[in-house]
Amino acid sequence: MKIIVPIKQVPETSRVKINEETGTIIRDGVENIINPLDLYAIESAIQLRENHSGSITVISMGPPKAETALREAIAMGADQAILITGREFAGSDTWSTAYALSALIENIKPYDLIITGERATDGDTGQVGPAIASFLNLPLSTYTGKIETVNKDHIIVKRLIEEGYERLQLPLPALLTVVKEIAYPRLPTLRGKQKARTIDIPIHSGKDMKVKEEKLGLAGSPTRVVRIYRPQVTRKGTIFQVKDEKTLAESVDQLISFLKEKKIVSF
Amino acid sequence: MKKKEVWTVSEINQQQEIKPVSFELLARGRKLAQELGVALSAVVLGNSLTERELKELIYRGADKVYWVHHQALARFVVENHSNIIRHLIKQYQPQIIIAAATTQGRTLMPHLSIKLNTGLTADCTDLQIEQETGLLLQIRPAIGGNIMAMIKTPERKPQMSTVRPKSIQVLPRNETREGNIIPIDVDDSLLDHRVTHLGYYKSEEEKVNLSSADIIVSAGRGLKKKENLSLIRDLAKQFDAAIGASREVVDRGWISYPHQVGLSGKTVNPKTYLAIGISGAIQHLAGMKTAENIIAINSDPQADIFKISDFGIIGDLFEIIPLLKKKLEEKELSS
Repeated sequence: MKIIVPIKQVPETSRVKINEETGTIIRDGVENIINPLDLYAIESAIQLRENHSGSITVISMGPPKAETALREAIAMGADQAILITGREFAGSDTWSTAYALSALIENIKPYDLIITGERATDGDTGQVGPAIASFLNLPLSTYTGKIETVNKDHIIVKRLIEEGYERLQLPLPALLTVVKEIAYPRLPTLRGKQKARTIDIPIHSGKDMKVKEEKLGLAGSPTRVVRIYRPQVTRKGTIFQVKDEKTLAESVDQLISFLKEKKIVSF
Repeated sequence: MKKKEVWTVSEINQQQEIKPVSFELLARGRKLAQELGVALSAVVLGNSLTERELKELIYRGADKVYWVHHQALARFVVENHSNIIRHLIKQYQPQIIIAAATTQGRTLMPHLSIKLNTGLTADCTDLQIEQETGLLLQIRPAIGGNIMAMIKTPERKPQMSTVRPKSIQVLPRNETREGNIIPIDVDDSLLDHRVTHLGYYKSEEEKVNLSSADIIVSAGRGLKKKENLSLIRDLAKQFDAAIGASREVVDRGWISYPHQVGLSGKTVNPKTYLAIGISGAIQHLAGMKTAENIIAINSDPQADIFKISDFGIIGDLFEIIPLLKKKLEEKELSS
């Protein structure tokens, strides 16, 4: 079974700092990591390979330093990696990101399955996975929580929806976006780490793929960011402190008044 | 009206009824259509919706309802929905199309935007019309809610967005509103037979539909052990609320993953969010900080959850929750 896992390198969100004046993100000194939700995609690919043999190719589009994320995926157990990088890709929105990744995937055919994380924690759109399926005309399951059955020509999955789950049967090749529930990501192994240090990671630029230059990067992106600003995060809430029986009763009474005032309870 | 319309993509449930989130989209769309001076339409794909059900869309703000019916559309299968809506868009050429940022909308819309060669903005919390250009301004949180971005699609049509559920009030139901229901037959060539839907499964007995809940009572590590979640369940029952949880509570196996709120779980936007024993890691806050009312109960005065709370109590939740429960019960009885 040949599996392709597109991943993204993201800044560690909990450390992100915002320049209060310009509203832009300060990236200096912020650690870059594999998008945490992509770890579930990598792990489910490894589990499938363990049960059905085959190989895993991780791919990514990003600046040259995104190679680090691909090496981390190799350390976890992926077999090979390819990086798309170049100035021509800068400023890509989800449309042109999916376009470039799809072009690369076309280049490395054949494959049985593409697995992506449900979304990346920086852009937070969840659009690139479904968009790749659309470009490549592959059957799609999003929010996949479990892979139940895999055989030569189809896969049965459980998809998480608002009311519970639904089960879908998809012919292969197919694309799955997966959620946390699907697998518990393993840590890199010693052997994996050794491989990650030495493996050659091919780099593709726009010239190496069958792509139309005008569809790449900012020029190829249908959307434009008009402006970025800092949201109002702090609220001037009323905070009570419980110190004894009396303040406990008072705090709870105040809470009930708040609930009434906001019409959360009606009596 | 010859001018290009604003469209909303309605969602239906398994009983072939309109889901309430469809009315929220109409409330958003109504404002946009009014400013642009164009008609507002709802697109509904299904199998056997009654006319009464379809009329609800008109009562809630639609001028037209495109009603696409076929046996194969009883359930959402992205390939079918994408093909059919793309076909309709080519025919009617709406200028704006919005869908809910649900598991359906966030699957359908990216699929569709590729085929239509146009832009899409995910999970918007506000939509406006740019005065000079008449373009759609799409506002959304990014980087875990640390920034807000305003995005537009300047040159391509339609302009597409998914909109976060519960981010707007539905319009009051108005039975005197008039509109057209336009039935549309499905050309068989638009149906994709590759994916088979094998059925639905409810997750558990407890309310887990966080995206449609008005009130969420959410449990954190402060609950100390699995058995103590009964406190949260009781309180949720009292408020008729859905149950949420922090990552840690899910990772420890106290409750299942569909309850998880935050960056690796769900983004929720209820009217009221009660955070019980939740310290407020940035990843958790990213998933709930747009709630209208945030109430926090935690023993740590330094907990970040208090920074974004409208009301907070610093104290022992094992004292506070039972007392709250008791006092609420007394009030209910005496009213």
